[in-house]
Amino acid sequence: MKAHLSRRYLFSASHRLHSDRMSDDENQAIYGKCNNPYGHGHNYIVEVTVSGQVDERTGMVCNLTDLDGFIQQEVLARYDHENLNTLKEFAQDVPTTENLCIQIYEIVQRGFPHAHLERIRLEETMMNSFEYAGEGS
Amino acid sequence: MVYLTRKAEFSASHYYHNPEFSAEENRRIFGKCNNPNGHGHNYTLEVTVKGEIDPRSGFVVDLKELKEIMHREVLDAMDHRFLNKEVPEFLHRIPTTENIAIAIWQRLAAKLAAAKLHRVRVYETPDLFVDFYGEA
Repeated sequence: MKAHLSRRYLFSASHRLHSDRMSDDENQAIYGKCNNPYGHGHNYIVEVTVSGQVDERTGMVCNLTDLDGFIQQEVLARYDHENLNTLKEFAQDVPTTENLCIQIYEIVQRGFPHAHLERIRLEETMMNSFEYAGEGS
Repeated sequence: MVYLTRKAEFSASHYYHNPEFSAEENRRIFGKCNNPNGHGHNYTLEVTVKGEIDPRSGFVVDLKELKEIMHREVLDAMDHRFLNKEVPEFLHRIPTTENIAIAIWQRLAAKLAAAKLHRVRVYETPDLFVDFYGEA
């Protein structure tokens, strides 16, 4: 039978929302406080949902050790305690939580072989969260 | 169609072990969860049902009835129990969160009359949960 497994992880990072495609005034108008040139930070929670048949022998969709190990190595080690604006994926794109959510989706989609990725949900604060389930969904 | 979710909590112990695996394989696959003396969790259960609103009552489902079914079918059987030894589904099936969600679905689906079961979500901890939608 098919089940969905979700796991939540915490990381902390800083960012500044600023687009080179807009004037300083426009950046200020659109991003407000988030445009502060020194940046600011969040405790992000990333919720990873994978799905698959429950293995009869183990009772699992996938072994949590594999998922935890992958997320630790490929996501948390990359983003935790970093300034997002300094990373190559945000050299052009603004490190909004939308864009970060898509980046994390693509890392897991590309690299995690043990279950099907359903969705990434990224909480920037307790009040804001974003979800990405791939193009077209 | 309207969806309604009711939560409940239960506390239970379990351990993971497959007698077809060697002792070494069990330890490697299940890690700490393989301790035969068991360990426990405070589980949170979310049951989501769906249906049309009854024009007379304004309800999708009578919450009192749903609560009673959840108590009778799930909490009475699983709360403060050692799942491997006391819950029939887990005498020969490992009580992972996945299998607990499936067992709860199977216990509830047949008992609901007006509304249809949409999703069973089981949180083992606040950071780990499983959703089951009755899919084969």
